[in-house]
Amino acid sequence: MRLSVRRPGALALMAALAFVLRGGVAHAQDSSLTVRIGLTYAPGTKPGVLVLPVNGDNGDSIRAILQRDFDHGDRVNVIAGESIVMDTTADGSRGQYNYPLYARLGAAAMVQVTATGNGLHVAVHDVRTQRVERVKDFVIAGAPLSPDWRQQVHAMSDAIEFWLTGVRGIAASRILYSSGGRIFQIDSDGANVVALTSNSPPAFYPAWHPRATRIAYAVMTDDGMRIMLRDLNGEGNGTRPLVSRVPAGSMNNAPTFSPDGETVLYANGLENGTDIFAASAAANEPPRRVTVSRGFISVSPAYSPDGRRIVYASDKAGGLALYVADADGTNAEALTPFNYGDRTQRSDPSWSPDGRFIAFQAEIDGGVQIYTVRPGDRAAPRQYTNEGRNEDPSWSPDSRHLVFTSNRSGSMQLWVLDVESARVRQLTHAASGAKAGAWSPRLVSY
Amino acid sequence: MRSIHRGIALALIAGIGMSACKKKPETVVPPPNNPPPPPAETCDAACRQRRADSIAAANAERDRLAREAAERERLAAADRAKNALLATIYFDYDASDIRGDARSALDQKLPILRANSGLQIRISGHADERGSDQYNDALGQRRAASTKRYLTDNGIDAARISIVSYGEQKPAMTGSDENAWARNRRAEFEITAGSVAPPQ
Repeated sequence: MRLSVRRPGALALMAALAFVLRGGVAHAQDSSLTVRIGLTYAPGTKPGVLVLPVNGDNGDSIRAILQRDFDHGDRVNVIAGESIVMDTTADGSRGQYNYPLYARLGAAAMVQVTATGNGLHVAVHDVRTQRVERVKDFVIAGAPLSPDWRQQVHAMSDAIEFWLTGVRGIAASRILYSSGGRIFQIDSDGANVVALTSNSPPAFYPAWHPRATRIAYAVMTDDGMRIMLRDLNGEGNGTRPLVSRVPAGSMNNAPTFSPDGETVLYANGLENGTDIFAASAAANEPPRRVTVSRGFISVSPAYSPDGRRIVYASDKAGGLALYVADADGTNAEALTPFNYGDRTQRSDPSWSPDGRFIAFQAEIDGGVQIYTVRPGDRAAPRQYTNEGRNEDPSWSPDSRHLVFTSNRSGSMQLWVLDVESARVRQLTHAASGAKAGAWSPRLVSY
Repeated sequence: MRSIHRGIALALIAGIGMSACKKKPETVVPPPNNPPPPPAETCDAACRQRRADSIAAANAERDRLAREAAERERLAAADRAKNALLATIYFDYDASDIRGDARSALDQKLPILRANSGLQIRISGHADERGSDQYNDALGQRRAASTKRYLTDNGIDAARISIVSYGEQKPAMTGSDENAWARNRRAEFEITAGSVAPPQ
């Protein structure tokens, strides 16, 4: 739901906030810089946001979730407000707030959450003007602290972040990954790990449907790898193969849905090479060949957000390189420069939801790092990691964060990267390691 | 007179001496009239049967041992053939070409496959941990296909050979060094139907 501008008079401040959000980084990823409320803070910094203690039985949990969501969004600076807890001069229930203290702590905005009968009431204060800029009642259903309840609180965080920055947060999302041959999902803040597949057959390479109602993944059998579709919300027919008649011994991996959810691209390897194929996600129809590699390998397909283009990796010219083509496979052209004899392996591309960037992994001099490149731009790719092995990037819904696999903690785990600040945080701590992260779209939106 | 006596004495002495040097005649023991009887013959017909049985059993045991030895050798030969058939072959980094050592190993499999027409095998292709997982799945597929192609190019019916790729998901050796990587870039062989008899 889009929110209207509450104070048109604050437009003068929007430019300043926009400047801050860009932060002078090499390439800002935000496509929308519309500000819904005006905040005053020093240019070049992220606005400080303070969350007051929340009343009620789960107040501490709600406050912790909001603070963590704001922190993970990387667009605001969460003020550690423990001194606020001890501030006896502030009594929000009587409209008493210690704005000077909030200002000294560096807060440009203060968020006040109050438990109501069926949810939470949120008020956002401009600390400088000492005025309430935005209020809203959120209906939060379900058992407190349950996964659904947490998603609704995350969605509330995302809405508040939208008021503060003009960009909706990404807290109300989940990440799929494979661990020990099983598919799991995890909330974007690292909570609520749920196994979606059993131990057998081993499952890999999960992918979200654009409406997050189903997933696709590959299973490994002694007769080859198969693509499976699974409904998450009880719709359709549960779990089924994407293609019913698959040649024995064929390798099928790396499924990805088209933006309209109707088609699944995947790699199919037979005895004469591996190519990209497209199959209907709804009807069990014969798949259609997209690439013709003639004995070479083409893998790791990904759609552009408008569904008109695809990107994939192929070794048809020597080293594994990235190619962009029309969705039917025609008009393919190299995305990254290739020099004869170049042994650099570039693979696992992921097209950002705003369409501006393609992230990928590149193996250079024995290391594997995460890069981004602008499609259609001949500029050199930008490197984001340099520690350990870093693989399988997947964009967040806000096109600002990447989830990727890294061994920098000693085992392969999922990490989240803010491509504007290069800040990283560890998402998973799976005993069997975690790979092939896939970020969902926003699951709940207020 | 004295000289006569001396002569007689010398003659006696000489006679005694000669008689002392003379060989004593051999004593001839007359042969017994009848040879000593053999041990008393106590073996009746049953005994003789037991003796025959014993001889037969010994012969049978000798034959059994010979057969067992032959069987052991046959099985050992079959084991050697099976081991040769199932011997893993290895690949260079990011390559699916059949190396020289792999060609020798595959050449040893050919007579075994020819001699066992009912034998069917599955070739699984594997990759080391480096590189993209998805690409490694395809690389394992290409290695398995390349291996199969070598066998079929040498006369083995393609219908007897299936392939599968496990990419980097089933490493033979854990580790992140060249030793482990070299062990993991491989094609493995598995019998899916029939059994191995040694080549004639």
